[in-house]
Amino acid sequence: MATKEVKNKKNIVPEELGCTTPTKDSIVQVRNLRKHYEVNKALSIFGKDIVGKTDLLKAVDNVSFDVAKGKTFGLVGESGCGKTTTGKLILQLEKPTEGQIFFQGEDISKLSAAGMAEYRKSVQAVFQDPWASLNPRMRVKDIVGEPLQIATTMTKEQIAKRVGDLLEEVGLNEYQSNFYPHEFSGGQRQRIGIARALALNPKLIILDEPVSALDVSIRAQIMNLLVDLQNEHDLAYVLIAHNLATVRYMCHKTAVMYLGVIQEMGDTEAVFTNPQHIYTNALMSAALPSHPDIDRDEIVLPGEVVSPINPPDGDVFQTRTPMKVDQKHEYASTRPPLVQVGKKDHWVVKTPWSIADKDMKVKLEGK
Amino acid sequence: MTTKSKSKSVKSKSTKKSKQKSQVADFGRKTVRDEIVLSVKDLKTQFTTKYGTVKAVDGVSFDLKKGETLGIVGESGSGKSVTSLSLMRLVPQPPGEIVDGEVLLNGRNLLELSEKEMTEVRGGEISLILQDPMTALNPCFSIENQVGEGISIHQGDKGKNLFEKVVDALKSVRIPAADQRAKDYPHQLSGGMRQRVVGAIGISSNPSVIIADEPTTSLDVTIQGAYLRLLKQIQEETGVGIIFITHDFGIVAKMCDRVAVMYAGRIVESADVRTIFNNPLHEYTKALIESVPKLEQKTGRLTQIKGQPPALWDLPEGDSFAPRSTLKFTEKDASIRPELVEVAKGHFVQLSRSSVKDFKKYAHLVDY
Repeated sequence: MATKEVKNKKNIVPEELGCTTPTKDSIVQVRNLRKHYEVNKALSIFGKDIVGKTDLLKAVDNVSFDVAKGKTFGLVGESGCGKTTTGKLILQLEKPTEGQIFFQGEDISKLSAAGMAEYRKSVQAVFQDPWASLNPRMRVKDIVGEPLQIATTMTKEQIAKRVGDLLEEVGLNEYQSNFYPHEFSGGQRQRIGIARALALNPKLIILDEPVSALDVSIRAQIMNLLVDLQNEHDLAYVLIAHNLATVRYMCHKTAVMYLGVIQEMGDTEAVFTNPQHIYTNALMSAALPSHPDIDRDEIVLPGEVVSPINPPDGDVFQTRTPMKVDQKHEYASTRPPLVQVGKKDHWVVKTPWSIADKDMKVKLEGK
Repeated sequence: MTTKSKSKSVKSKSTKKSKQKSQVADFGRKTVRDEIVLSVKDLKTQFTTKYGTVKAVDGVSFDLKKGETLGIVGESGSGKSVTSLSLMRLVPQPPGEIVDGEVLLNGRNLLELSEKEMTEVRGGEISLILQDPMTALNPCFSIENQVGEGISIHQGDKGKNLFEKVVDALKSVRIPAADQRAKDYPHQLSGGMRQRVVGAIGISSNPSVIIADEPTTSLDVTIQGAYLRLLKQIQEETGVGIIFITHDFGIVAKMCDRVAVMYAGRIVESADVRTIFNNPLHEYTKALIESVPKLEQKTGRLTQIKGQPPALWDLPEGDSFAPRSTLKFTEKDASIRPELVEVAKGHFVQLSRSSVKDFKKYAHLVDY
């Protein structure tokens, strides 16, 4: 990997292929992030395996990207591709096995306790299931007010006022702050979740499938609300989703993940109008059409999604590609880097078997 | 006359665009025989709750032809799932009750059958594929047991015969190494495979109608695509009529020949799929289609439907969509209970001034 690493110097974010947002415009920069889980642990003494063998589940494997200030970065892929784990790593809900996360140019693993508290304030989350992510025993004012009680020195009255303002901002009423979550519909609950995420004036919100549990008609309301809040507060989002249409609507940049590795990344429009990787094309071809006259040829990849336990050493896509894999090629045993497509901000993992040829390109025709 | 793509190994070749257009005139993408297998007339299902009587299904009528796919679309609480449960007579009683209507399956009124006769119909002539394939299977029984149960009840097979039929059913949903998989338990299969097993149970006794209640909501895009393709192939082979219950217009666009849009327990618009997408008349249908971002192009700001779906125990007297409509109308307009009127051949709309923009054009069809 072409990484220019500058060691022992704080505040310098290593440059990485595919990452094109300068540090001054970035809120979070992720560099060579890995998260491996040990499964089927071997019995070992003094670090030596005696019985069995430890398997590694590589949930996230060498992922680098930049999240620009006030913009949305989308992570798409099938379930098990590591997109949610990436979100958790940014939220510090999981410790990375390797790699760094830079927050406004500073490595968060080197932050002081106060710095870390500041980071946690600045990075918030909205979860998928609005039925499970709100405590049924707490009133809305406590749910939304809890971050304020913990992280600020505001008085009770100030908190009550702020909660009221937040509820108004997400389209609810102030008087509803005394209600319990069960008194709200799914869309309204998601609004409560968004209000809670906004409470501490964050700079970045991780949106993990924020609309997929909602009714179609309510999805539009929530997506519009998120876009409005972004414009108003200059918020950055990391949107984790499997619905490609949602990603195209919401995101400025998009990364397509497969088995813990980013396969294609760049400006959303560049990725959607000219998808390079076979996997990206396959995902798009399988997405549901928006009109009955659109009849896309589906690109079917051989086999099922491979387990992330002990993935191939080389290109992870080699077990799913419909093309022939040359086992002697260097990328059959080493990880291929992202390369740029043309002069645009558009990057793809390029191996002899990963780029879609003319027959395999999906045509998304508009109607 | 099959037109929809059949996948080959990597890439499927479907009929050219121009060819497809010429077929728009003759209704949809495949031959739909004129034989009606299921006819629902004025179905009404109510629930008694502490808030009052909930009219979950309030006078729903539709026909399903052989080999046809009908999509029933609506938000949660619009009554689409209760409609499907009513067809199977699976509405819990009490609190629910089918108070009126007819469900004619191959000419027989299901609502008049005894419970014993109904047991033979369920899973036999009409079968249900449930919302969540991940939990629809019992973890304690092998695939063979669960697929075989229906076959042994409806066809009386036992032992070796039964096992062969189970393997055939699994093969028909393209499960590889079916005779070995039959011995597996649900947890040994992936999500996509489990769903195929649920499908195999559904089709094992050659039903004439399959009701699929949001069968792909919990699946990944690629697995969803494969499953929908499979359902289509099975339909082409057996001519089964499918009712698709969904809130996703993408599935409707891909799968359905005809669409019925439900709102607050009633059908507000129904037509063939192209008419619904090209010329929707009811404001609710329009809003539902426009509120979905499109994959094929950059979408501008989404249209959102204002307000929430109504509480079914407290429906407005007249047009139930009026409170969410953005049209200009008087209180009197909204207080009239609209009727479902055929405005063009096969295109039915609930005509009201409060939720149909072009009401004037069709005003002569109603007397209000």
